[in-house]
Amino acid sequence: MKLFTLRGGVHPEGRKALSADMPIRSVPLPARLFVPLQQHIGAPATPVVSVGDHVLKGQLIASAQGAVSSAIHAPTSGRVVALGDYIAPHASGLPVPTITLDSDGENRWVATQTLDDPFELSMEEIAARVGAAGIVGLGGATFPAALKLNLSRNSGVKTLIINGGECEPYLTCDDRLMRERAVQIVEGIRLIAYAVAAKEVLVGIEDNKPEAIKAMQEAVRGSEVRVVVMPSMYPMGSEKQIIQVLTGNEIPAGGRPADIGMLVHNVATAYAVQQAIRYGRPLLSRIVTVSGGAISKPCNLEVLVGTPVQELIEFAGGYALPVARLVLGGPMMGQQISHARVPVVKGTSGVLALTAAETGQTLPSPCIRCSTCVRACPVGLLPLEMAAHIRATDLSAAVALGLKDCIACGSCSYVCPAHIPLVHYFNFAKGELMEQERGKLKLAATKKLADERLERIQRIERERQEAAAKRKAAREARERNKAAAVDELSCLVRSLPLSDPLPLTGEEAIEALRGSQVNELAAKQAATQTITEAA
Amino acid sequence: MNAIAHSPHAHAPVTINKVMGTVMLALTPATLFGFWLYGWPAINIWAISLLAALLGEAFVLRLQQRAIRPVLLDGSGILTAWLLALSLPPWAPWWIAVLGSLFAVILAKQLYGGLGQNPFNPAMAARVMLLISFPMEMTTWVAPAPPGSVHAPGWLDGLAVTFAAFQVDGMASASLLGHVKTEFTRGIELQQALSGFYAPLDALWGNRAGSLGETAALFLLAGGLFLIAKRIITWHAPVAMLLGVLIPALIFSAVNPAHYAGPLYHLLSGGLMLGAFFIITDPVTSPNTASGQFIFGLGCGLLTWIIRTWGGYPEGVAFAVLLMNAATPVIDHYVKPRIYGRNRKGVSLSIEPVKKES
Repeated sequence: MKLFTLRGGVHPEGRKALSADMPIRSVPLPARLFVPLQQHIGAPATPVVSVGDHVLKGQLIASAQGAVSSAIHAPTSGRVVALGDYIAPHASGLPVPTITLDSDGENRWVATQTLDDPFELSMEEIAARVGAAGIVGLGGATFPAALKLNLSRNSGVKTLIINGGECEPYLTCDDRLMRERAVQIVEGIRLIAYAVAAKEVLVGIEDNKPEAIKAMQEAVRGSEVRVVVMPSMYPMGSEKQIIQVLTGNEIPAGGRPADIGMLVHNVATAYAVQQAIRYGRPLLSRIVTVSGGAISKPCNLEVLVGTPVQELIEFAGGYALPVARLVLGGPMMGQQISHARVPVVKGTSGVLALTAAETGQTLPSPCIRCSTCVRACPVGLLPLEMAAHIRATDLSAAVALGLKDCIACGSCSYVCPAHIPLVHYFNFAKGELMEQERGKLKLAATKKLADERLERIQRIERERQEAAAKRKAAREARERNKAAAVDELSCLVRSLPLSDPLPLTGEEAIEALRGSQVNELAAKQAATQTITEAA
Repeated sequence: MNAIAHSPHAHAPVTINKVMGTVMLALTPATLFGFWLYGWPAINIWAISLLAALLGEAFVLRLQQRAIRPVLLDGSGILTAWLLALSLPPWAPWWIAVLGSLFAVILAKQLYGGLGQNPFNPAMAARVMLLISFPMEMTTWVAPAPPGSVHAPGWLDGLAVTFAAFQVDGMASASLLGHVKTEFTRGIELQQALSGFYAPLDALWGNRAGSLGETAALFLLAGGLFLIAKRIITWHAPVAMLLGVLIPALIFSAVNPAHYAGPLYHLLSGGLMLGAFFIITDPVTSPNTASGQFIFGLGCGLLTWIIRTWGGYPEGVAFAVLLMNAATPVIDHYVKPRIYGRNRKGVSLSIEPVKKES
């Protein structure tokens, strides 16, 4: 098959040999698991259990909340001991809402349903079950898989791409999965293809994984799925780049793969889909590569979500060398964590303990404009120019140069001879922009409230004035009536048999009348009567 | 464990020092050849240039109260002085080297903010300053005097040449470009001017009068190819510069061979090889993108040929480089790579709706 060229990219030292030949093993059941409520892109799940509840393996413990979210299930049977905050598997180390589960050691499953022919299910039903199983993109993006299926089913899928690139150095979890569970993966792929009515199905695997390629080629025989061998290069496994290499198409800026009839899923996601649809098993575990120069025995482990990273490191024989950096994920895009108490989550593809020599960290020196970063950028950006603008806090200039198109792959930082942390600048700027955006929204909301208040005040004032005017009009009408009545009275009084009525003014006449115990009304009536009679 | 670092958590084994070191390594054959060809005075000029650059840079850094060691050790100052030395007449007096080096690192580099901030190539800026200010000293060439030849100066004579303006009889010579220009002014035609003065084979090896390190076209070419192989530079700027000289030379010499020199003459003369592979590939003062570098190189080549052919100076590389340095920001403004998912204008590619049926 003809491959298309990828612009830029780098060839970091693979270091996959450390763990590539280690078969997947299971970690002993941990005594306590920490299951964060947010292991996916979108809104955190809402707990549906209480402290003290006993749960079974695979039981729903937190349900999806809102349009973009994902369900979370108990990784093993046991008792919920806490619903509260626990440190996040994130560089910040900030506490996040977490369900803490004490294992009862029995690992007892809830009732699950095995299907003999999962293809009897409707397309919608497959997507619904994938959603209910809490499956998210296991390549690292952790976008809820069912949402992608629904979106693509509605827009149509020309090409379903299954990502077996695994271009991050060190990581071998997808490699091992393809070598050992190719049949299940291919069934998962076919289920996804069926669920979105894909016309073409390609599995892209980098050529540095010959055994995985062989196993997958065996497994796809006789199906519509095609295995495509891609050159090894970082970031081949990035969604945009794998689409470009396999189809020659580019996702329009700001768009999604679905916009051009593409759907990309990771091989591990395909495996999880197969497990969920055929066996009714929700996503409870994943394959994690434990590696790095400081690890005694690098390995690939099948790990329950919520298992503390510390237990993986101990299982891998602990540290052989001093650790300079502990990283979750791959070295190119992974996150440094400050200690190993954090749990493994759905998106944890690797746990790396790197030595100082491996990180190659030195102090940055001035940019010599060598433009190695420009050549390395797979997106076609000018990292050096963007960083210079960000340093000068001119974010809009960086945006004009394409900051928002940056995929944060780290290729530029990796090759920079001046060791300038370019991606750090970009992520800082993106955060800053988001903050500004939030500020703008907040300002708009505040302005709206202020405008409403002003409007309200004006309305009240207007109503007050109207009421006052009405009152004034009424008073004036009354005055007028009174004046009219007084005039009548004057006439009346004049007609009274008074000694000298002429000097009397209206008021004096009223006084005179009041004095004679005649009230205004009576006087008026009398006057009217008099006038009538006179007529 | 150190403070939290941002990804990537791995780095290519490359530093600024390694880049500078590799360029110096690539310059070494041509430099050694220059030492051999022109003897002790050449070595003196080279050493004085480097020393003056280091001292000058240290002095300015001290004034700025910046750390001296890391800047001196990044190798950029040494490389600048090295390139300048290669472009000087090998028997130039010591103060030419000192003035040039100080001008390069202080005025042309540090005053702009140091490494990475200077708009003009420091070595070429210094060369042009020297050429304009001291035309005599900058155009006094000597015939090659390799060890063993009659005129080869000894160590002491070498010191005398460099520091006491000692004249060795029968050594003065003209560079090829200068000779042709002079003959033109006397109304002598090209073929006549070249006869007995120009042997392409000698030019290839560099066995002729000229700047310290500019005459050895083959060694410079080899160094340049080494840098391309090492991925320190790309082919775009050098090839474009050579083409920029080659194409007009080809056309004009075909039309009027009596007046316009052919492409080989141009390619192997003056500072073209040094310029193409080592000067215009200076990352600081050249454009960011491959296409930008090609345009930049083409401009350098064309201007070089124009100045050589019609200008007042016999050699134009340094002027051409400075002129194109000034154009670099403009080139960078207009020549940018296309961003993924966008067209050349930066507008998002249109979304083609996918039909469910079909």
